[in-house]
Amino acid sequence: MKPAPFEYQAPASLEAALDALARHGGDAKLLAGGQSLIPVMNFRLAEPALLIDINKLAELDFIRRDEEGHLRIGALVRQRRLERDPLVAAMAPLLHEAVPFIAHPQIRNRGTFGGSLAHADPAAELPALAVALGARFRLQRAGGDRWVAAEEFFAGLFATALEPDEMLVEAAIPPPPARTGWAFLEVARRHGDYAQVGVAARVTLDDSGRCREARLVYLSVGDAPVVAREAARLLAGQQLSPEAIAAAAEKAAGDEMDPLGDIHATPEFKRHLARVLTRRVLQKAGERARNGANLS
Amino acid sequence: MTYKISVTVNGRAYERDVEPRLLLSDFLRHDLALTGTHVGCEHGVCGACTILFDGEPVRSCILLAVQADGHALTTVEALAPSPGELHPLQQAFWECHGLQCGFCTPGFLMTLVPFLEENPDPSEAEIRQAISGNLCRCTGYQHIVDAVKLAAERRRQAAVE
Repeated sequence: MKPAPFEYQAPASLEAALDALARHGGDAKLLAGGQSLIPVMNFRLAEPALLIDINKLAELDFIRRDEEGHLRIGALVRQRRLERDPLVAAMAPLLHEAVPFIAHPQIRNRGTFGGSLAHADPAAELPALAVALGARFRLQRAGGDRWVAAEEFFAGLFATALEPDEMLVEAAIPPPPARTGWAFLEVARRHGDYAQVGVAARVTLDDSGRCREARLVYLSVGDAPVVAREAARLLAGQQLSPEAIAAAAEKAAGDEMDPLGDIHATPEFKRHLARVLTRRVLQKAGERARNGANLS
Repeated sequence: MTYKISVTVNGRAYERDVEPRLLLSDFLRHDLALTGTHVGCEHGVCGACTILFDGEPVRSCILLAVQADGHALTTVEALAPSPGELHPLQQAFWECHGLQCGFCTPGFLMTLVPFLEENPDPSEAEIRQAISGNLCRCTGYQHIVDAVKLAAERRRQAAVE
């Protein structure tokens, strides 16, 4: 299994990379970590005419807090760095908790933040996490850029809002409101395998301890990250009692998702997993919100 | 079209002309004759081709050789200190029967050497998680886990002495 022949460029600046993308667009693929792209090229499921290797673009390898207190993460940040970075742990503990679930260290050492988002695998963790965190992505092309909310970015199976001449260059994650808790869980047959179901939860409480806002985002139960809006609505204004949590889990795992079965899990089993995991993450997120954890 | 790359492998500098589609695993095996790095699935699932890339474990079958330009690699050939002597982790694999056919072993070793650097006193659960990206079809993993425990214990003792 070897890739078909292709042309290769490794531009030294973002400008040069965007120029190459503008010229070659649909015939070119960007090579970041390559942890999904090279396997499909080895299988010859993808045969791009040109690979634009962006690994030399050090300007996309940053994690910082901006003037407005948002966490900014460059596209080329390796997943292993996300896992270990103290600023990510402090400002986006949901990411810190969930990144170790992404594949294995061998993969996270190469796989990038932006690459996983742009690849938009519905079984990947980062797209669902970005939606749960209310992230926005900066999509840049030669001569311009635009910001797109994560929720609008993911358009379906491996499909995104990216145009052929655009590159996802960074994400901005807003600071969470006070009294916000978070949790992430997934079930995989073996640690690091693609999850059968995963869920990221964020819960913000009001002064009386009632749920002001909840957010539940799932992976592996649809062709893109699945947001359980109705379940979240059921929780608004409620104490996070076991009954309220169970009702939300029932709603989310019911008509808010349409999981496909595979040889390891029937749709009904996936719904069962979603129900159980939803109860657990809401419980945990609620505890964290009550215990004064004010970051998500 | 070929590209000239300069890489350091096991402390030795190499310069070679490579086609961009050449996988790093094939570069090591065919161009440098370092056949200790094994190629199993060739799509980043089995872990047999694991090497260190600037000190961190990666799967060489889903990297291109051109991407190694300017980087330092370590392969299983670098572990044993001399022809008659094994690396302590290799020794522990031998003593605990951590291998049978041995095909997966280089990948396990290159995954576990940096793991023990980072976590010198791992629990069994941590060991099993650390090797979750490496497939072994012979041992059932139990003897590999035993080998890691033994190597870790000896490593800690050596650090005390």
